Amino acid sequence: MDRRGFIKTTAAMAGVAAIPAAFALPARAAGEIRLGLVAKSLGNGFFVAVDKGAEEAAKQIGNVKVIFTGPTSTTAEGQIEVIQSLIDQHVDAIAISANDPDALVPICKRAMARGIKVMSYDSAVSPAGRIVHLAPSSDELIGEALDKLAAASLPGGKGQIALVSATPTSTNQNAWIAVMKQHLSQYPGLDLVATTYGNDLADDSYREATALLQKYPHLKVIVSPSSVGIVASAKAVEDAKKVGQVYVTGLGLPSECAGHVMAGSIKEFAIWNPIDLGYSVTYVAVDLVKGMKGPGNSLPAGKMGKIAFNSDGIGAMAVPFTYDKSNVEQFAKVF
Amino acid sequence: MSISSPPVAARETVRQPFSWRRLMRWEVLLGLVVIADFLLNTRLSPYFLSPWTLSDASFNFTERAIMALPMAFLIIAGEIDISVGSTMAMASVFMGLVAQAGFGTPLVIVTGLVVGFIAGCFNGVLVTIFRVPSIVATIGTLSLFRGIAYAIIGDGVLKAYRPDFAYLGQGYVWGPVSFELVLFAVLAVIFAIVLHTTVIGRRIYAIGANPIAARLSGIRVDSYKFWIFALLGMTAGLGSVLLTSRLGSTRPSIATGWELEVITMVILGGISIDGGQGSIVGVVLSALLIGCVTFGLSLLNVPGIVLAIVTGSLLIFVVALSSLVGYSGRRRRH
Repeated sequence: MDRRGFIKTTAAMAGVAAIPAAFALPARAAGEIRLGLVAKSLGNGFFVAVDKGAEEAAKQIGNVKVIFTGPTSTTAEGQIEVIQSLIDQHVDAIAISANDPDALVPICKRAMARGIKVMSYDSAVSPAGRIVHLAPSSDELIGEALDKLAAASLPGGKGQIALVSATPTSTNQNAWIAVMKQHLSQYPGLDLVATTYGNDLADDSYREATALLQKYPHLKVIVSPSSVGIVASAKAVEDAKKVGQVYVTGLGLPSECAGHVMAGSIKEFAIWNPIDLGYSVTYVAVDLVKGMKGPGNSLPAGKMGKIAFNSDGIGAMAVPFTYDKSNVEQFAKVF
Repeated sequence: MSISSPPVAARETVRQPFSWRRLMRWEVLLGLVVIADFLLNTRLSPYFLSPWTLSDASFNFTERAIMALPMAFLIIAGEIDISVGSTMAMASVFMGLVAQAGFGTPLVIVTGLVVGFIAGCFNGVLVTIFRVPSIVATIGTLSLFRGIAYAIIGDGVLKAYRPDFAYLGQGYVWGPVSFELVLFAVLAVIFAIVLHTTVIGRRIYAIGANPIAARLSGIRVDSYKFWIFALLGMTAGLGSVLLTSRLGSTRPSIATGWELEVITMVILGGISIDGGQGSIVGVVLSALLIGCVTFGLSLLNVPGIVLAIVTGSLLIFVVALSSLVGYSGRRRRH
């Protein structure tokens, strides 16, 4: 081999060899339970927070190792590769937030065939591909939370409230509003005067909220179970100079609502807490590894209490977590 | 026979773009790197060296590797096709519709191949008849084919595939040897024989090295290019059959970004992007290398972002190195 050939060979060998050498051999302790925690994609603050909660639970349970991983982009193919490598590392359990409920079924079945407990969280895998699915919340819990939020934003717990929902056909919002109306009788002070639809668009929601403020001068609270609607309504209240008279509440993302909480148009709002979600996922996965049966059972989840799974294996973690001035900025950095 | 002919003949041999000696060096180098990485993975992860792990790892790259074979033909012939990922999506959607209409697995497979073939012919027509540069034409069809897939099923899903359809992308021929892997091996041998031992193969090199000279020496350049596009389209259809079977369902976002991964495989295999050079052995080795490196790293739970950086660096490194040390002799003389 001539000089050029030699340079080529050595350089290429060194280059490729150096890359994996930087990562140490993973040590495995005896009796350790290993959980593969799969995100929709890496570099997403929501899942970083999920991992944080999972680590917390792992420490609490003891002898549990969480392997947090995921694809670079939100594709099913990428998640399949990641799950494949978890299977080959012989992890004990895999928890997935699925990019595609159907495409992941074959690989999840393969994992279960090799004795791995597979569950989904946040975004579900079809029932054939998992033992249980842990939803961050449920229609029932969210509907009740909306009533509670409205009551908390009302001075003295009495007054007019109005809704700015997404579209008249959106399944989620309609289910939540139905539950909310059903439980309204428990809050005699709440007077629901209107339900409007902002179509999950910022300008439509803004228009609807502004119209509500003009039409109902005694309106005290606007409830928006849409992350777009809550921000647009808060903006409408601020622009109408009604901060302090009208409060906005509902479901929103801390990063988008933080400014309005500081401005005073939002007193408090709710959304699921990703840290608690990761915590509960870890507990449930460990429960499954320890031989507990998921569907139709309640599984212990540490500080989150017991989580009930129905016969289809779907369980809801908790009521949405409430954010206010004291914690919104901390979570705004996360999602 | 004149007296002056021997020196001319000698110079011809030096200039010949296809030379086994020059070619084998790159392949030997790639082979060594594959072996080195294989040993390294074995040392770093206790899970790597197991027949089932290796078999599982092969699923991650065989579909792309199969498409890399005709892509190598096309790039050697001096053209490129960046629409294969979208072709796969479109083929998968039509397969899903056929399955939903209640037809059995054989017709589903034929649909995939035919849709891919038609997509390939469309690219071929744009390039050879309408004279659109191949990169421009296939940027267009990259959006067009994907757009058709989205227009048909939107955010829906098609999953009415019969259970026997799963064999293609998930089945095993013998022990841990998967159907996909066997198919790849068989196709690699066929493509290698065609490219390296037949007149067709030699003409493909000639077209890539100098299309005008090739045309003047009687090769039907456009016809060759058209059929390579069609072949690549049909192979993308085949890739779509395998991937759809492996996923058990179709969504229009299937195989997003795969076109560049296939091209990466080809370039890393030592196929010159200028055309006229490279070998199938190189493509096979680079597929193994990419498979080995990425799976080895993912067994160590190295984040995917690092994997992307590694593959990217590997590619730049290879292309830079090959032009630096003059692997691509033709290019260096410019």
